[in-house]
Amino acid sequence: MSGNGTGTGIGASVKRKEDVRFLTGRGRYTDDINLPEQLHAHILRSTTAHAEIGGIDAKAARKAPGVHAVFTGADMEGVGGIPTGWLIHSKDGSPMVEPPHPALATGKVRYVGDCVAIVVADTKEQAQAAAALVEVDYRDLPAVATIAAASAEGAPLVWDEAPGNVCYDWEVGDKAATDAAFESAAHVVSIDVVNQRLVPNAIEPRAALANFDPSTGDYTLYTTSQNPHLTRLLLGAFVLGIPEHKLRIVAPDVGGGFGSKIPHYAEEAILTWTAGKLARPVKWTCDRMDAFKSDTHGRDHKSTAELALDADGAFTGLRVSTTANLGAYLSTFAPCVPTYLYGILFAGPYTTPAIYVEVKALFTNTVPVDALRGAGRPEATYLLERLVEKAARVTGIDRVELRRRNFIREFPYQTPVALQYDQGDYDSTLDLALAAAEWDGFEARREEAAARGKLRGIGVSTFIEACGIAPSAVVGSLGARAGLYESGSVRVHPTGSVTVFTGTHSHGQGHETTFAQIVSEMLGVEFDAVEVVHGDSARIPFGMGTYGSRSLAVGGSAICKAVDKVVAKGKKIAAHLMEASVEDVEFADGTFTVAGTDRSRTIGEVALTAYVPHNYPEGLEPGLEETAFYDPLNFTFPAGTHVAEVEVDPETGEVELLRVACSDDVGRIVNPMIVAGQLHGGLAHGIGQALLEECRYEDNGQPATASFMNYTMPRAADLPSFDLRHNTTLCTHNPLGAKGVGEVGSIGVPPAVINAVLDALRPVGVTEIDMPATSQRVWQAIQDAKAS
Amino acid sequence: MEDFQYHAPGSVDAAVSLLRDAEDGKVVAGGMSLLPLMKLGLAAPGGLVSLGKVSGLDGIADRGSEIEVGALCTHAQVAAAEIVRERIPALAAMAEGIGDAQVRNRGTIGGSVAHNDPAADYPAACLALGATIATDRREIAADDFFLGMFFTALEEDEVITAVRFPVPTRAGWAKFPNPASKYAVAGVMAADGPAGVRVAVTGASGDGVFRVAEMEAALASSFEPASVAGVSVSAEAMLSDDAAGPEYRAHLVTVMAKRAVEEA
Repeated sequence: MSGNGTGTGIGASVKRKEDVRFLTGRGRYTDDINLPEQLHAHILRSTTAHAEIGGIDAKAARKAPGVHAVFTGADMEGVGGIPTGWLIHSKDGSPMVEPPHPALATGKVRYVGDCVAIVVADTKEQAQAAAALVEVDYRDLPAVATIAAASAEGAPLVWDEAPGNVCYDWEVGDKAATDAAFESAAHVVSIDVVNQRLVPNAIEPRAALANFDPSTGDYTLYTTSQNPHLTRLLLGAFVLGIPEHKLRIVAPDVGGGFGSKIPHYAEEAILTWTAGKLARPVKWTCDRMDAFKSDTHGRDHKSTAELALDADGAFTGLRVSTTANLGAYLSTFAPCVPTYLYGILFAGPYTTPAIYVEVKALFTNTVPVDALRGAGRPEATYLLERLVEKAARVTGIDRVELRRRNFIREFPYQTPVALQYDQGDYDSTLDLALAAAEWDGFEARREEAAARGKLRGIGVSTFIEACGIAPSAVVGSLGARAGLYESGSVRVHPTGSVTVFTGTHSHGQGHETTFAQIVSEMLGVEFDAVEVVHGDSARIPFGMGTYGSRSLAVGGSAICKAVDKVVAKGKKIAAHLMEASVEDVEFADGTFTVAGTDRSRTIGEVALTAYVPHNYPEGLEPGLEETAFYDPLNFTFPAGTHVAEVEVDPETGEVELLRVACSDDVGRIVNPMIVAGQLHGGLAHGIGQALLEECRYEDNGQPATASFMNYTMPRAADLPSFDLRHNTTLCTHNPLGAKGVGEVGSIGVPPAVINAVLDALRPVGVTEIDMPATSQRVWQAIQDAKAS
Repeated sequence: MEDFQYHAPGSVDAAVSLLRDAEDGKVVAGGMSLLPLMKLGLAAPGGLVSLGKVSGLDGIADRGSEIEVGALCTHAQVAAAEIVRERIPALAAMAEGIGDAQVRNRGTIGGSVAHNDPAADYPAACLALGATIATDRREIAADDFFLGMFFTALEEDEVITAVRFPVPTRAGWAKFPNPASKYAVAGVMAADGPAGVRVAVTGASGDGVFRVAEMEAALASSFEPASVAGVSVSAEAMLSDDAAGPEYRAHLVTVMAKRAVEEA
């Protein structure tokens, strides 16, 4: 495991195998797949945020050209609702309010985009045209679209069973100890922040193609999923009652997910059920406008936090009170995002001894919220790093020095909020980033900019993540309704090529390359002789999929374990062939050797023997194929320092992001080019949140930002070149020493950017600003500061 | 999208007669505005008359005191044309800043002018430079052409053939784009030319492109950025959207006017 970075092994920037097909238009996405006799579906969605359905008249639609069927919620009665995967308990021990989620709305619609009917026709255009003929009698009810509206006295209820629209009121940490810390504090600093709602906007919209074979009773669903087995579990066991052996889920090439393709969606259930009803394949592909209204959204928090410090600037206590908007229904991982992926992050890289976090989660008449790149950890990091920055201003202690004074330096470190960090080196990581950013020379750059009439600022964030989620027993005790292990199978073929089956799913992460590098190096076979298969429940033993930066740390570890089993069996075969004792056989670089001799057999010779076992150890099964399940022992803890430098045009409020320098500890790096790509993508995401993106609703629950005309995605021209450095410490509890990288940018960079904006605006009297720091918001803040 | 008849005539005259005969006919050139509207169901012309096969409308010519730009010239063509870059650099700069590369490679000057989107860039250039819009049947001064949001002096069956820009002594363009759509939140062309000193603003008013008399008067006495820096427009007349409320937009008009003069 000591990859030297050359060739194609661990540490080498091997060009991605998958890019040949992606860059030449040969990718095979769900919408590219067509089956004989296929029909096309249009999902009719609610146009109102909250209403009773007085009735649905589909007579005209059913008679429209090409239409085969129109189904509504009444037709699907008896079919199970869409389940959620995590149960949270409130402070008082009561379980969260878990309302039903019928795939097609019955009785009421609860957000603009809620599924109301499916129209199936020969062509997509016919289905869409017929859907316009479906008359839905909406009897509008008052809606709540924001945290403020949902938590107001006497607010309309999204669910009658959820008074005050509260799903749960959760806490973590020692309240009494934290309160005591505040009583004896030398300084108390408080802050209010909003973490705005975002739309994930994967480039490939969601799609599904369902088929049913009445001769066998087999269902197949091609779908845009980050975790096909999880979808099979939820769809099969909870919604449609189809046993695993009769339900195949295929997630072929998937064009990005960012969390929005984790959940099991109503459309997957509707399509599969409809295919069964009609005994015909049925395809649905979402368009961008419907994607804005139906892909799960992310973030949407409003928080107040206080930090207690002693006279020397040591953090002594942290109190956080957050309200989270979950939307109208509980999506698959929604309940755990603002709790166990958020509250337990608040130690950050600091030794704060007492922390108390409470989170109230609310229902609103909006699109359900679920994981979005970082999922809870960006929200925690942003809040903490804004607060630490403010503490530096209030205490007068230099902001870098204040962070350094509070760094954790002894590992393992038990935080007061459940996590135990295994390893890290925050000082060196910080040093590296500051050097890359030329932090010390900044004041000269500020002066130079001021001479041009510009306000220049620099900002830093130091952070940890908790990734590679996580030991099944631990997450089970916290309310997860699934285990979070991973599977890997390694099949060495008779002539020595290898097929690897992973339960993770690659939708941009490059697993086909990275995992092949690992197996190629471990087994000593050619990189091109290793093929990685993922995304098909009929080919993969089992899997929990890809999210939470878990694929290398958890999925890669399962593959390593499977390779270890292959090598162990190979040693038995080699020992027999070389008439040696198994204990004396060593394996390196693809060759089994009898220690201290020149006797050896290659992995190819051993594989052939395994499949042509004429001369073979007695009692040993033929074949060379092993499966391993890996259940992680702990979370992994990537850490980093991000520095951003901006220039504000005080006339227009425009923020120009000039520099981003990052120093990250992501554990073992298998492919530096892929790691850089993941960092670039995450940084773009985080910069988008800091400066550009915001999903808003009108008071009546109509989406106000439902297209790219007014929802600003980051573009290449909005981004500077990134200066990426690495300060690697290895994870202590998985075989690769891997920690995870997919979410680093979206977690670490937003507070660095906003701290830089505030640093720039300090000379004109602006002390607070919310994300996104758009030109108008910055200009307005300057005007307000001038006026006060 | 609704069904429609598609025609691709070979001459302007044929296009005009097809428009005359078509039920609810519409000219399409680059299609950068019309096609999205049709896809969204916001426009449903019965007949689409494409100018794609009409030749002779895609040239840029130096006519001495004027630059003539054929109606089918794309924004990319105008931005790259040596004649334009040399003689009216502000016009080239404006064309270079429209939309994105795909839009600039498809969208045409004729289409932009005929559509008169309140956030389109060309109307400001036409008005500031005192351009003339030539059609199959007449010539229309820019002053008489833009009649309000999505509304022009064109008749239903009238086809633009060229736009002629008088070469100014100096002109400058500055635009503050919407961060999402890249349409102008406030786009200003300030020009000093045969048509006099003019300041035309796009993107900012629901009535479409407009001139700012007070700025023009200030610049006429001294064509300096400082002359307009203190001249504000009324926030009440401004558009308001996610990117800019009325006060911010009014402020941006002044800032962009100042920068346009700086560029001139």
